[in-house]
Amino acid sequence: MTSSQLLGISTLGYLVASALYIATLIFKTQKTGVVASLLTLITFLAQTAGIGLRWYESYNMGMGHAPLSNMYESLVFFSWAIVIFYLLLEMKFNNRLIGAFAIPFAFISMAYASFGKGINQEISPLIPALQSNWLIAHVITCFIGYAAFAVACGLGFMYLMKSAAEDKADTGLIGTLPNLRVIDDIIHKTIIFGFLWLSAGIITGAIWANSAWGTYWSWDPKETWSLITWFIYAGTLHARFTRGWQGKRIAWLAIIGFLSVIFTYFGVNFLLSGLHSYGSS
Amino acid sequence: MSNQKNSIWSFFASVKLALFVIFFLAIASVIGTVIPQNSPPDAYVKEFGANLARFFQILDITDMYNSWWFVSLLIMLALNLTICTIERLPNVWRLVVLNNLETDTDRLAKMRPSQEIHTTLTLEDAAAKAKASLAENGWQAKEAVRDSGILLFAQKGPWTRLGVYVVHTSILVIFAGAMIGSYFGYKGSVMIPETRATDTIYSFNNEEPIKLGFEVLCKRFTLSHYANGAPKEFRSDLAIVEDGKEVLTKSIVVNDPLSYKGHTFYQSSYQSYKKFLVSLTDNQTKNAELFLVEPGKEIKWQGEDVSFGIINRDKTETPLRFKYKIWFKDSTGVAEPFWITDGDTTTVKRDGKEYTFALKEFFATGLQVTKDPGVWYVYIGCTLMLLGLMVAFFLSHRRIWVYIKREEDKTSVLLSGNTNKNRLTFEKNFDAVNRSLEEKLKSHS
Repeated sequence: MTSSQLLGISTLGYLVASALYIATLIFKTQKTGVVASLLTLITFLAQTAGIGLRWYESYNMGMGHAPLSNMYESLVFFSWAIVIFYLLLEMKFNNRLIGAFAIPFAFISMAYASFGKGINQEISPLIPALQSNWLIAHVITCFIGYAAFAVACGLGFMYLMKSAAEDKADTGLIGTLPNLRVIDDIIHKTIIFGFLWLSAGIITGAIWANSAWGTYWSWDPKETWSLITWFIYAGTLHARFTRGWQGKRIAWLAIIGFLSVIFTYFGVNFLLSGLHSYGSS
Repeated sequence: MSNQKNSIWSFFASVKLALFVIFFLAIASVIGTVIPQNSPPDAYVKEFGANLARFFQILDITDMYNSWWFVSLLIMLALNLTICTIERLPNVWRLVVLNNLETDTDRLAKMRPSQEIHTTLTLEDAAAKAKASLAENGWQAKEAVRDSGILLFAQKGPWTRLGVYVVHTSILVIFAGAMIGSYFGYKGSVMIPETRATDTIYSFNNEEPIKLGFEVLCKRFTLSHYANGAPKEFRSDLAIVEDGKEVLTKSIVVNDPLSYKGHTFYQSSYQSYKKFLVSLTDNQTKNAELFLVEPGKEIKWQGEDVSFGIINRDKTETPLRFKYKIWFKDSTGVAEPFWITDGDTTTVKRDGKEYTFALKEFFATGLQVTKDPGVWYVYIGCTLMLLGLMVAFFLSHRRIWVYIKREEDKTSVLLSGNTNKNRLTFEKNFDAVNRSLEEKLKSHS
C-alpha cells in the first residue's frame, strides 16, 4: 500500500464521516453518531499511517524530509490537525454533534488537496531555504492553530444556527445542539488554544526567517496576514475579557477570524506575491 | 491642568483605545499587502495612474510599514500597553501579596463554591482535620484565630495573575528589540568572488559602503542539484581574516550562517562567470599556482614550462554537472588530452614529472550581511509572550478558606473557595477537598 492510497481512503472516510455526523444532527439518531466517531477515528489512523508512509517514501527516494513542505502536504496536515483536535474536543465535552461542524472542514481540506487545480501531489526535494528544522516547528505550530480556528468557526456556525432556531422557537435543532452557553464556552476555549499556537507559529516563522535571511520580520504579505489574523483574535479575546462580549458577537468573530486564516493560507499564495510561494506552483 | 493630564492619561489607559488601535493596525496592514511596497515610482504610475500614485506618495503608502502614520499607530499601541499596565498592575499586585487570613469572615458564606458542615468535634480537632484534608489535596494552609474561631487559608498560583502583564510587557520588549535593531544595526549585501576577500559591504537602504573592520574571504563556493534539476545546496567556505591571519573558518549554507563580532553572513545568492579556477601543483618542486581560466584560451605557467587550456565540455551522468577536456603541455611535450569533472582533482603523469590538476567553475558568492544587536531582545520578548500566554490562559489563582467556629453545642466548618478563571477545574479541586473533609468529619457529626 502506498501513502497516496491511504490518503485517498482518508478523503473518502472523512466524506462519509461528515455525512454521518450531519445525519446525526438532523435525525437525532444516536447510532449514526457512534458510527461517525468510530469511522473518524479509523480514518484518522489511516491518515496518520499515510503521512508516516509518505515520510518513509521520501527517504526511499533519497530526499528524506517531513511531509510538511508544500501545499498538498500542508493541506493533509491541516486536515489531520482538525481531526485530532476535534476528537479530543469530542472526548472532553462528550458531544458528537460538534462533528457535523468540524469534520466537513477536514474533508474539504483533503478533497482540495486531492482534486484542487494546480496542486502538486509529488514528493519533491527541499530547496535550500526549506532545509531547516524550523520548517517542521513552524508548520506544525501554525496548523495546530489553524485547526483550532477551523473548529471555532464551525462552532460559531453552530452557535448562530442554534440561536436562530431558538429565536424562531424551532424545536428541530434546539433539542439536539448543546446549550448556547456551553457552545460559547467551547468557542472561547478553542480560540484561546488556537491563539497560543498561532503566536508560536508566527514566532517560529520569525526565528526561521532570521536564520535563513537575517531578518525576523520583513512585512512579507504572508507574515502581515498572519499578524492581521493575530490582531483579529487578540481583539476578540480583549473584547471578551474586558468588555464582556460573548454569544453571537464572538460567534461572528470566530467566523471572521477563520476567513482571515483562510486568506492567510490560500489568498496570499494565489493573489499576492511573497516568500511563501509554495502554493502557486 | 491636572484635569487635562488626567484626561490624556485615561484616554491611553482605556481598553477601548487598545481595541481601536488593534482594529486600525489590522486594516492598515491589509493595505500594504495589496499595494506593492517599495517599487520604483513609475511602477505605481503605470499600475494605478498618476493621481493615485501621487496620493500614495503623500501618505507614504509605497513604504507603508515605515510611514509616520503606521509607526504612530504602533507607538499608540506601545503607549496604551504601558499606561494600561501602570494603571492596573498596582491593584493586581495587591491581590498577589494580599494576606487572605484577614478576609472578612462574613464574605466567606457568600462565595461560590462554599459548603458548610457541622461536627461535634472541638474547634482545634476540626481545624486539624480540615488542615489534613487540604494537605491531602496539595493545599498548604496557614491559620489564624479570628473572632473566637479559626480561619485556615490556602492558595495556589497567586503570581499567575501577572501572566497577562508578562504578555503585554513582552510586546514592549519586542518593540524595544526592533528599535535597537533599526538604530544600531544594518542590513546589507556583498558579492565575493572565490579566492577573494572584502572588508566592505553595501547597505540595503542607501547602497552606502559599510566597513566591517575585518575581511571576509570566500575560499570556495559549491552548487549542487537534485536529480530533477532543482537546487540542492549553495555552500560557501568562508574565512574571517584579521591582520592577515585567518581567525575563523566556516562552511555556510542557507539556514546556517556565520557570525563574527556581531555581524552575520547569510548565504543568499551566487553569480557565475563562465570562467574556471584551476589549481596546478608540480609534485616534485611543490610549486603551486592558482589560475583563472577562460575556456579556449592557452594559459602559461610562468616559472614552470607548462601551458594548458580548456578545449571542450560535456555532460556527466549526474544532472547539471559537467566535465571538461584539458589540453596540457610541459617541457616533455604535449600530453594526451584528458577529461576532468567540475570540482575534481586529477594527477597528470609525464616522463619523470607529475602534476596535480584541479578544476572548478568560478563563482562569486552572494552574501546577505546583517548586524542586529536587538534580535536577542526580540527573542526574549517572544519567549516571554509564549510563557505569559500559557500562564494567562491556563493557570489561575485559586483560593480556599476554611472557617471553623463554635455554634451552641456544635462546631461549624465553612469551606469556601474562589478562582479568577477556569471555574470548572477549580470546582473539581474544591469538591475533592470537600469530600475528604466530609469523610473525616462524618463519624463526629
